Amino acid sequence: MKRQVLVIEDEPNIAEAISFILSRDGWSVSTHASGTTAVQAVRDAKPDVLILDVMLPGKSGYDILQDLRSADDTRALPVLMLTARGQKTDRDLAERLGVNRFMTKPFSNSEILTNLRELVGG
Amino acid sequence: MRSQREPLFLARQSYRRRRVEDAARLLPLLGVVLFLLPLMVGGEIGSVRLAFVFSSWFILILSAMLLARHLGRDAEQRPIGSQSKPLAPSEDPAGRR
Amino acid sequence: MLTFNTLVGVCFLYVIMLFLVAFVADKRARRSKVRFLSSPMIYTLSLSVYCTAWTFYGAVGYAARSGLEFVTIYLGPTLVMIGWWWFLRKLVRVGRSQRVTSIADLVSSRYGKSNLLGVLVTLIAVIGTTPYIALQLQSVTLSFAVFARDRSAGWVIPDLEQTAIWVAGGLALFTILFGTRNLDVNERHHGVVTAIAVEAVVKLVALMAVGIFVVWGIGGGSQGISAAIQQAIQAAPEGAWSLQGGRWVGLTFLSAAAFLTLPRMFQVLVVENVDERQLATASWAFPLYLFLMSLFVIPIAVVGLAILPKGENPDLFVLTLPLYFERDGLAMLAFLGGFSSATSMVIVASIALATMVSNHIIMPLWLSTRLGVDASEYRDARQILLSARRLSIVGILALGYFYYRISGGGAALAAIGLISFAGVAQVLPAMAGGLFWRGASRSGAVAGLITGFVIWAYTLFLPSFGEAGVMSASMLADGPWGIAALRPQALFGVDGLDPVVHALFWSLILNCSVFVSVSLLSFPSPLERLQAAQFVNVLDQSGPARGRSFNAATSEDLLVMAQEIMGSDQAQAWFQAQAEQQGKQGYLPDTTPDFIGRLERELSGLVGTATAHAMIGQILGGTTVSVDDLLAVADETQQMLEQTSQLEAKQLELTTTARQLSEVNEKLTQLSIQKDAFLSQISHELRTPMTSIRAFSEILRDGGANDPEAAARHASIIHDESVRLTRLLDDLLDLSVLENGQVQLYPRREVMREVLDRAIAATSSVIDQEKMHIHRNRSDEGVALYTDTDRLAQVFINLISNAAKYCDAKDKRLAIRVRQRGGRLQVDFVDNGSGVPLESQSMIFEKFSRLSDQAAAGGAGLGLAICREIMDKLDGSITYLPGQSGAAFRVTLPIGTQSPFGRTWPSDINHL
Repeated sequence: MKRQVLVIEDEPNIAEAISFILSRDGWSVSTHASGTTAVQAVRDAKPDVLILDVMLPGKSGYDILQDLRSADDTRALPVLMLTARGQKTDRDLAERLGVNRFMTKPFSNSEILTNLRELVGG
Repeated sequence: MRSQREPLFLARQSYRRRRVEDAARLLPLLGVVLFLLPLMVGGEIGSVRLAFVFSSWFILILSAMLLARHLGRDAEQRPIGSQSKPLAPSEDPAGRR
Repeated sequence: MLTFNTLVGVCFLYVIMLFLVAFVADKRARRSKVRFLSSPMIYTLSLSVYCTAWTFYGAVGYAARSGLEFVTIYLGPTLVMIGWWWFLRKLVRVGRSQRVTSIADLVSSRYGKSNLLGVLVTLIAVIGTTPYIALQLQSVTLSFAVFARDRSAGWVIPDLEQTAIWVAGGLALFTILFGTRNLDVNERHHGVVTAIAVEAVVKLVALMAVGIFVVWGIGGGSQGISAAIQQAIQAAPEGAWSLQGGRWVGLTFLSAAAFLTLPRMFQVLVVENVDERQLATASWAFPLYLFLMSLFVIPIAVVGLAILPKGENPDLFVLTLPLYFERDGLAMLAFLGGFSSATSMVIVASIALATMVSNHIIMPLWLSTRLGVDASEYRDARQILLSARRLSIVGILALGYFYYRISGGGAALAAIGLISFAGVAQVLPAMAGGLFWRGASRSGAVAGLITGFVIWAYTLFLPSFGEAGVMSASMLADGPWGIAALRPQALFGVDGLDPVVHALFWSLILNCSVFVSVSLLSFPSPLERLQAAQFVNVLDQSGPARGRSFNAATSEDLLVMAQEIMGSDQAQAWFQAQAEQQGKQGYLPDTTPDFIGRLERELSGLVGTATAHAMIGQILGGTTVSVDDLLAVADETQQMLEQTSQLEAKQLELTTTARQLSEVNEKLTQLSIQKDAFLSQISHELRTPMTSIRAFSEILRDGGANDPEAAARHASIIHDESVRLTRLLDDLLDLSVLENGQVQLYPRREVMREVLDRAIAATSSVIDQEKMHIHRNRSDEGVALYTDTDRLAQVFINLISNAAKYCDAKDKRLAIRVRQRGGRLQVDFVDNGSGVPLESQSMIFEKFSRLSDQAAAGGAGLGLAICREIMDKLDGSITYLPGQSGAAFRVTLPIGTQSPFGRTWPSDINHL
């Protein structure tokens, strides 16, 4: 069975790139562009791993992460965060909120695949 | 209503100015006296009293002119209305000190 | 032979000349060339409205009847003028520092801005002045009649009342045109004042010409005149030429008092005064004018008595003597002199009265219909104020005309001059007491005024209508109900006095006693005491005294109200200057007590003190006096005030500096925060396209998609994102170049309309997308520019697309207004959204700032910063305008063909 990954990213070109890379690697990919409805989208899709952008319209990635970590059904979901603001404070905040992996844009394609595989255990 | 902290001795120029102000204050009193004098003599008015009234009137005007030149010059140095020109910020009396 | 048509024609030409003079002077004043207009000579000449037709014609009649006594009417003002250092200096300074608009306003302002007092003084002034206006109408019609009678051969005398109504109508027109043309915060009328000055010269020249003709032409020089005087004295009835002490002193005092309290005199003396040097010159020049006016009065009178047939009206000797000797030109000049005297008095009196009636009666009534409204409700205030002035002028002249009709002219009217003087003199105790005595209170002033007015009416005004009038013969002879002590002309049994002196004596004595005793017994309100201190100590004050303080008032509300009343340009400029004074930028100063006090004074120049007080009170929601003010009043000793004033000034200075520092500090802190935010923002803006580019190029490198369509798509994404990256870098570079001054401008000639058209065309896609409507007035946009119009269009494009993107109204609208102000061109962009919040207004032009963090709107927050830099380079500016219907930006540009290169740039060298 294919592994499920959900990509929450508002830049359509980046979302497309990620889906292409992951599909080619054999993942089942779904995407979502809004920050406000992101938590619900996670609940609906029940992915094995989540890729989350920080700067999203309506609700920031940090807020979404906080919400996920405070609900029982999503507390354990592995999350990989992507941000275009690669300052140290951003990484610290994400780690405090309980992120599993933190990557700065632009990323290398192989790096993102490696990280995902580690997160789902093989 | 002058301040009591004024110095006892003034420079010659300021002293002069004060006396000019005093004279300006006294001038209308002189006028009153001059204009009351014709009443001191009874009877019909003749040419003499007529001439007296007009000439004392003219003297008053001359004295006022002399005084005004001194006082006016002073007014020029210290323009009043520092509060009444609305659009000039530099006119702020507090800001000028 | 002088025909009626010539007379009317000359008269008409003369009036047209006056119109021109007033028009030109007004125009010069608008272009702020007031140097000549504010010269002391013009001021002095304008004071001659004191000499009305009553003095021009009547003085000779007076001299023919009672000899030298006529000079008392001139001696009083002479004493007042030469004693200016005592009284007038203080009066004028109070008038200017408190922005007093009329004598009613002065009294009302001094006694705690009480409108009751304003109304009282206004009523006294109207009742005292209306008959006087009637008297002027009478003198003009009478002088017409003189020509008609003497030349019965040629012309039919037209209806006298017809003449009067034409004169009244013409005067109303002139007064409305030049007296209410502009609503000025200083309530000054340069046009009118200059016209009055011209009339003053005509008066003097006319009277002196007649005098010289009489003395050296027909009287036989000074010896002949001396003889004629002796002859006149012998021919006169017993005692006519002896001086009556009571009348001599009484009338001199009366004319002095009236000189200060007549509404028209107050208008020219205090309200129209521009600076103190004018007063210094007028202190001797005006008495000289009066001296010259009266020099030939007695010669004309005695020669007229000796030569002209018995029964000739001595009041018209000035006209009838030249006519008798067939000197038509001289008679014409004399006629114009009389005409000038009458018209100048009526014009100034009606302006003064109209100001009082509209400020103290009409505006308060209008205001009371809108209690508790907010600032925007004053929308029509300015228009209403102007209409009120105009209506009042027409009303006052109509009143004068009807008084003339009802009284039927004649001798009863001729006596009204002194009666009118005595009426307005009732204001003197309240005025003088208010200037010199801090204990003078509102209740005292009201009681004194009412007492004086009632006694004046009872002993002088009502009896003046004659036995057929209001008072019956028996009442005059025996007193009401036969009580002898209450006989109107012999009150309390004092019957040895002349009626005028009697009335003056009792009315002023009782007026003063009531005023003083009620003042001593009453306790004034805090506001009253504050005003009292400001008035009495005006000569010692170096700065405006503290005003009231307020808890909550946004200056934006006040700005909105002030715009409606002062006009938006003036209000904005004034607010900006005030803000600058406080060390702030923009249009919104802090609402300190000082600021409120100044605003109130500013507005009181337009609507009167009491009304301005009430308006601001309505906006601020409370007119209570603060504890600070109570302390200021309680601090009675002048010494303390003087000691503290130095410290206060220092403290004020420190406060201003501290405020400036803290503002700068705050700005720096915010800038630093913004800079961090911007770097992070820039990082985001750069990394986002780079992410796509890197990801897809790695995909292509690793073999790419199998589907050739998808591969092509991936390549085009890489291309688009590179373009996006380039644009961002362009913006950054543009700003950096502008900031470093290394920019080359390409100025050229173009019409504003075309620049706007281009800007709108360039933004048409975003305009259509956002469905925004743009309102323009294309006829205003035909202004030629000589500047770098591409850069200017860039600014416009930014403003228009910002409006389209950020305006949050449902039905988006943007108004673009172009106009010229003070040699600069203003282009306003006003949308109908909710505008920029107050706290952000000072930051929007800083680069890296962005109001919201919606990246959706595009751009990195550099747009307005670029605009500001461009406008700076074009010698213009761009500012945010608060207090409009939505977000509003004003672009200001220099007009015309001045140097297109306001300054030189280092780039000029680089580019060579």
